[in-house]
Amino acid sequence: MSLELAANDGVIPTEHALAQSPLALRGMTVSYGQTPVVFSVDMTVTEGAMTAIIGPNGAGKSTLLKAALGIVTPLAGQVSVFGRPLASERHRIAYVPQRASVDWDFPTRVIDVVLMGLYRELGLLRRIRGQHRAKAMACLERVGMVDFADRQIGQLSGGQQQRVFLARALAQEADLYLLDEPFAGVDAATEKAIIDVLKSLKQDGKTIVAVHHDLATVADYFDRVFLINTRKIAEGTVAEAFTPENLDRTYGGRLATGQIDQLDLVAV
Amino acid sequence: MSGTEFVPLSLTPLLIGIFSAVACALPGNFLVLRRQALIGDAISHVVLPGIVVAFLVTGVVAAAPMLLGAAAAAVLSVAMIEAIRRLGGIEPGAAMGLTFTTLFAAGVLLLEQSDTSGVHLDVEHALYGNLESLIWLDAIGWQSLVDPSALAELPVELFRVSMALIGVCAFLWVFWRPLVLSTFDEGFARTLGLRTGSVGLALVIVAAVAAVAAFDAVGSIIVIAMFICPPAAARLMTNRLNIQLGWSVVFAVLSAVLGYVFAGFGPLWFGFDNAVSAAGMIATVSGVILGLAALFGPCRKRLGAPAI
Amino acid sequence: MLWDALTLQLGYNATLVTIGAALLGVSAGVTGTFLYLRKRALVSDAISHATLPGVALAFIVMVALGADGRSLPGLLLGAAVSSWIGLLCVNWLTARTRLAEDAAIGAVLSVFFGFGIVLLTVIQTMTAGRAAGLEGFLLGSTAGMLFNDAVVIAVGGAVTLALVVALRRPMGLVAFDPEFAAASGVNVRRIDLAIMGLALAVTVVGLKVVGLVLIVAMLIIPPVTARFWTDRTDKMAVISGACGGAAAWIGAAISATAPSLPTGPIIVLTSFALFLLSLLLAPNRGLLAVGMRHRRFQRRVHMRQGLLALAQGQPIFERFTLTLLRRAGLAHADGVATEDGKARAAKALRDETRWQVVRADQAFESAAALYDGLRDIETVLTNDQIDEIDRRIGNPKGVAT
Repeated sequence: MSLELAANDGVIPTEHALAQSPLALRGMTVSYGQTPVVFSVDMTVTEGAMTAIIGPNGAGKSTLLKAALGIVTPLAGQVSVFGRPLASERHRIAYVPQRASVDWDFPTRVIDVVLMGLYRELGLLRRIRGQHRAKAMACLERVGMVDFADRQIGQLSGGQQQRVFLARALAQEADLYLLDEPFAGVDAATEKAIIDVLKSLKQDGKTIVAVHHDLATVADYFDRVFLINTRKIAEGTVAEAFTPENLDRTYGGRLATGQIDQLDLVAV
Repeated sequence: MSGTEFVPLSLTPLLIGIFSAVACALPGNFLVLRRQALIGDAISHVVLPGIVVAFLVTGVVAAAPMLLGAAAAAVLSVAMIEAIRRLGGIEPGAAMGLTFTTLFAAGVLLLEQSDTSGVHLDVEHALYGNLESLIWLDAIGWQSLVDPSALAELPVELFRVSMALIGVCAFLWVFWRPLVLSTFDEGFARTLGLRTGSVGLALVIVAAVAAVAAFDAVGSIIVIAMFICPPAAARLMTNRLNIQLGWSVVFAVLSAVLGYVFAGFGPLWFGFDNAVSAAGMIATVSGVILGLAALFGPCRKRLGAPAI
Repeated sequence: MLWDALTLQLGYNATLVTIGAALLGVSAGVTGTFLYLRKRALVSDAISHATLPGVALAFIVMVALGADGRSLPGLLLGAAVSSWIGLLCVNWLTARTRLAEDAAIGAVLSVFFGFGIVLLTVIQTMTAGRAAGLEGFLLGSTAGMLFNDAVVIAVGGAVTLALVVALRRPMGLVAFDPEFAAASGVNVRRIDLAIMGLALAVTVVGLKVVGLVLIVAMLIIPPVTARFWTDRTDKMAVISGACGGAAAWIGAAISATAPSLPTGPIIVLTSFALFLLSLLLAPNRGLLAVGMRHRRFQRRVHMRQGLLALAQGQPIFERFTLTLLRRAGLAHADGVATEDGKARAAKALRDETRWQVVRADQAFESAAALYDGLRDIETVLTNDQIDEIDRRIGNPKGVAT
């Protein structure tokens, strides 16, 4: 078993690599009350790759994402987006929050939610015109939800709600997509639809980071993994970092050996 | 009723009632959606201490300092609620209840202890206003609407609630998108760089301004009732936010008109000769409307799952 | 004079009222604790405002029947009935429609109160100038109270307190863990109803003393105050009851000495003063304690991160971290570690490696659960265990010495 520290696993990224990275976190610490949920985490996202953030429940996966986006305020740490401060590069980021984080009884339609993704274009007062609607419809088309454009959002199934959130992110036309548990509690058809969209985004050179909980699909869906349990455990390509040893360290032995075997991991 | 009677005696109270109701109902839509309906309750309670302090400081019963004092009290109460909630880890309902009862108690005590007997300032007035007395003495009929000298004598409350209504409408029109975004999905709104905290505070301040302007004319019962009942009833009529706002305006106007008419003329129909409180009756009518919407409204059931 | 009032030497009525208010304050504090824990504190606001039409209607009915409209038991009965209806309306609106509880509460309190005002103006017409004295129910007034009324309040306070004491076990169980309570055979719905019923009783009895606008403060402020001093349900109820009782006692006494001071506001402000003291000074959750703890915590986080960065030869990005290290003599201004710093950094890194072993080994599961990035490993493991871990690690790599 490797006993080196996670932070020493990879080569410390050069300043050049940092400047290139779509999302780089340094010394990120977030605490709720007196308990750090994320402790001193460094992360360097590789451009054009799909990265999964993996860890047990309560390991700080979503919190890390929220801290990177400035939704929660970290106790310590710095964020750079494409080598610049977050505030100046927000327009290059699209975000898909957890589905359960909003009240789906809110009085609004599917198309209106997707149009929220155009807020930067529309600003406070610009009128919504045909071109905006067309763009929103095109985003719904990509997630297979065109027929639902005029539905009240509360009438959708969980999978459909998730697709609407993805369509809203597509409307943002970003370079970096951050998704919080996009596959949680969705049906198989939706999972397929979402992963197809994400793969096509990747082909367009976009960078994707997703909090992910299903270890069985990691190797199929993602290029890179970021293992976290309050501290960073490992970061790298699936072949490098998604190893039984690292998983063991991430899940603190709570993952049964059989479960890991079933994952059909690349032998190290 | 002829114009010579209606215009001087009923037109201005009616308009003031309608404008107050709508000015409160519009921001109320967002308060109800944000689960902050009782902020309206809190604001209307703390307006009293604000006005009393303003009177004690300036020594005069003038509109400007009182409006300022009331608005300041509203902002102070919101700050207090937030501080107690965050610092003490107290649940929001309790923080709210603690804040507004304390400030209201302080207001009552100040009022009782200071010499305000000579001025038109008492708790009952604060609670249910005096809509019926806001008459337009200089009017002699419909023709007064084009008579500059008569118009100059319109009750100043009418001017104030009109300004408040215009301000509320302007705010909602300009900040519609940030309001909707931060109400529906605060996390997402923040990733766009929106300051959701400021948006929320701005909404509360606008609600406070509406409450203060309306309070002066109609008392705090109407303010609370209009913040909550028309938007809540409208919520049960539609699944579209802009249409919901439309319904809430309709319900607010309906409550104001019917309430005023019932208060003024209802007792006559039953053989009594004195009118009853218009403010109380407007609140009652809005409650009846909400009850009907809860029984028969087309969209009275929940659709989607609540946020966790 | 105030001392006389506090020690109950200010006449029979004042004494009765003070005792009644104090008993009521205790029951309000205890009942309020359960309301607070069930997150329904503001339901009491709807209950209290909904009493007004009941009071007014009771007056009208009693006058119509030729009785004295001001009979306190009659008025309180009316108050109880109409606030019960208000409570049902709140429950009906939340259960049957999409409206959330806050909207239902606000709607019920404003509409019932508005209707009550309408009835009050009707009464003004009926009594034709003679004051019915019902305005006293808005803000409470104990000055010039009749002996019979004082007895009603004292007895009412005692009865509610007895009920609270009798029901404290099941209410505590439900407030603390409703699912467990249901599993162990407690009818949660019925107990919730009992809590509401008690809140209603407190409200009705307190109407004449505190007034309906402010009675909710007696149900809300003491539990919030108590929350600062303890995390346990039973202790919270006791502290809350004590705070409520003390505030009511002092408030009623002050008000008895100065008839121009209305009882309700004085009780509320006394209660608030107790809250403010707790907010600032409570040992664990008070502002002073929390503020100091947070600063210490932030320093520990930065210190630890700085040491780990030094150990791994990484640059220190944050100025605050560097300042802390420099002040502790662990690093120079340019971010290079001093000798002391190197030693501490090596120790920090070694502890971190030890933790990794602990967290990967199921044998240490209970210790691993305590990992938060800051805790010293010596506090959770014995020296023998640490030696064992060190043997497994061997000579750690990556530690710059």
